Amino acid sequence: MSSRTTLLRRGRVIDPRHGVDGVRDVLVRDGLVAEVSETPLNVPDAQVVDAEGRWVLPGFIDLHVHLREPGEEGKETILTGCRSAVAGGFTAVVAMPNTKPVNDSVLVTEYVKAKAREADLCRVYVAGAITKGLQGEEMAEMGALVAAGCVCITDDGRPVMNAGLMRRALQYATQFDLPVMVHEEDLTLSGKGVMHEGHTSTRLGLIGIPPSAEVAMVARDLVLLEETRGRLHVAHVSCEGSVRLLREAKRRGLRVTAEATPHHFTLEDEAVGDYDTHARMNPPLRTRRDVEAVREALADGTIDAIATDHAPHGVLEKQVEFDKAWNGVVGLETALGLTLGAVREGALGLSRAVALLTDGPARAFGLPGGHLAVGAPADITVVEPDVEWTVDATRFFSRSRNTPFHGRRLTGRVAQTWVGGRLVFENGQMKESR
Amino acid sequence: MKHLLGIEGLGRADIESLLGRAEAHLHGGPDASHLLRGKVVANLFFEDSTRTRTSFEMAAHALGAEVLNWTTAGSSVSKGETLLDTVRNIEATGPVALVIRHRSSGAPHLAARHVRCAVINAGDGTHEHPSQALLDAFTLRRRWGGLDGRTVLIIGDILHSRVARSNLHCLKALGARVVLCGPPTLLPSGLESLGAEVTWRLDDVLPQADAVMCLRVQSERQSESFFPSSREFSRLFGLNAARAERLKPGALVLHPGPMNRGVEIAPSVADGPHSVILEQVAHGVAVRRAILEEVCR
Ligand SMILES: [Zn+2]
Repeated sequence: MSSRTTLLRRGRVIDPRHGVDGVRDVLVRDGLVAEVSETPLNVPDAQVVDAEGRWVLPGFIDLHVHLREPGEEGKETILTGCRSAVAGGFTAVVAMPNTKPVNDSVLVTEYVKAKAREADLCRVYVAGAITKGLQGEEMAEMGALVAAGCVCITDDGRPVMNAGLMRRALQYATQFDLPVMVHEEDLTLSGKGVMHEGHTSTRLGLIGIPPSAEVAMVARDLVLLEETRGRLHVAHVSCEGSVRLLREAKRRGLRVTAEATPHHFTLEDEAVGDYDTHARMNPPLRTRRDVEAVREALADGTIDAIATDHAPHGVLEKQVEFDKAWNGVVGLETALGLTLGAVREGALGLSRAVALLTDGPARAFGLPGGHLAVGAPADITVVEPDVEWTVDATRFFSRSRNTPFHGRRLTGRVAQTWVGGRLVFENGQMKESR
Repeated sequence: MKHLLGIEGLGRADIESLLGRAEAHLHGGPDASHLLRGKVVANLFFEDSTRTRTSFEMAAHALGAEVLNWTTAGSSVSKGETLLDTVRNIEATGPVALVIRHRSSGAPHLAARHVRCAVINAGDGTHEHPSQALLDAFTLRRRWGGLDGRTVLIIGDILHSRVARSNLHCLKALGARVVLCGPPTLLPSGLESLGAEVTWRLDDVLPQADAVMCLRVQSERQSESFFPSSREFSRLFGLNAARAERLKPGALVLHPGPMNRGVEIAPSVADGPHSVILEQVAHGVAVRRAILEEVCR
């Protein structure tokens, strides 16, 4: 960590955890926030950054990214994934375990951590698997994974279909107070489906996935959660039915958190257009009504975090028949612009939007950061709120280009990303030298 | 029109001009054997269909074209070549049109985005089968003169039927009323917004029909639990002799083939006085000539 002292001067600081929204000076020393002051500070030895007209936000935290390493380095590596993260304003990401091999062992966890240290850009937290090999049959060594630093367990990409096993995983995790992150999909309901079941799937002759595939599993897991008193985190909530169940569960005090992705609160199933595989994801894009429900849940606290489910794929996985294409969209570099789009459309307030990128995810997994109190890590995202830009997938820092947002106009751009007091990204450029 | 990827999106005028041209071909018309002379039409059949492939082949020959027949059997696809690799390799041989039949809905759309020659959809997954719909409409139009105000009833597995989708768009565009009938498990949501009426009460709608189209029932749907048994399907949705009695006197019976005689249609009905099934087959070549002529212009 840098021992340098930096003064971010006169930016609009939005720190939802502490109810701050106003012009402040932020002093960073030894990698930590040293002072946040309404009155201008005068620190002679500090490097001064003029933040006037910009927003100074806690660094964004993404609970759900696929870095593809080990195993599919052609799609993304931990290094390129971290570049993509800091370019999108993310100072911390949680790496999903569906790598090759699967992260169901200390060895893989250590490997990911070592590669992240080498990349030395943003914080990379690691998620371990719930079951060995994501096979849904035997529990992975949860205690060992936790000891190695895993911050949650998940079979993301797949549901745990065996309810008895899921119940025991939730129970067992209570001794570590570990969130169990779930990909909610009843495979007997989703079947061979490749997009949302509705008007568009009927028109295109594609097999549909009904919302019940997700909602039924959310219902099951909330029932199991109530019995086990564990911690559940529902990944990529896509539909109204799930939102309704989550809202009620939270009202009843269950320890459940949830996330939604920018694509699910921005696009509808019609985005599939004429078989655009970039709009193929799991869960699928749903209806306007579902988009509205997810937006309401983001606004009212039913959903705790915006997570990208950053899922890089190569051309070979996407430039194929729709029913053969792989699911997923890269998300780190478009998340801020899409979130601010929802703010501009009046779906949620700015402070709430910032909370969903910072405080919400930090609390859901008990991670440091996500706020700017004195003593907090100096993970900071500086945003130019009014800059308009056009998404150009060919210029992503991610190694992959699979996005349905190529060519879309967005407002609001990341100007600087600071991790532990060190400037790692500025104006479209990586600052990789220490 | 550059490609024929589906009937959806075609206007009435487009369809009528194709049908008019087919009419000319049917009557022999002026000699058309020079129209595509020296040109190559490539048939890319990733899914077997002797009937459709042969029909396109005959149409191409009649226009003077050479036909390159390509099938997946023993091809590089089994060695992992992608659809786009195959399509680009075939395109490199210089055809004027690719006629594509594929198991995946949207496969011809993908191909059309990456080639410069014309693409004709010869049936894609459970999406569309435009040449079939055009020949069905052609058959009805020759009998009736026009489709305005006529009611066409399509019975069976609507969910998995590309014939039903293409026919729905085509018949609606020509002014017909379209009723889709089948078990609720095989009636996908959103059909109404495509302009269809939807019902599972076959006996209520049967007497209203000016034409009835029976779709082929795939026996594997039974093991997928879309319906309990072929026997029950036949009892509830089969066009049997008793039901045929209740048809309007001049009503026409169609089937895109191949038929499961005794399941969706009784043999006596398939071969009976209402049936125009053999006319459909005969009209296929004329309609496909018209399609090739149109997209290769
Ligand atoms: Zn995921």
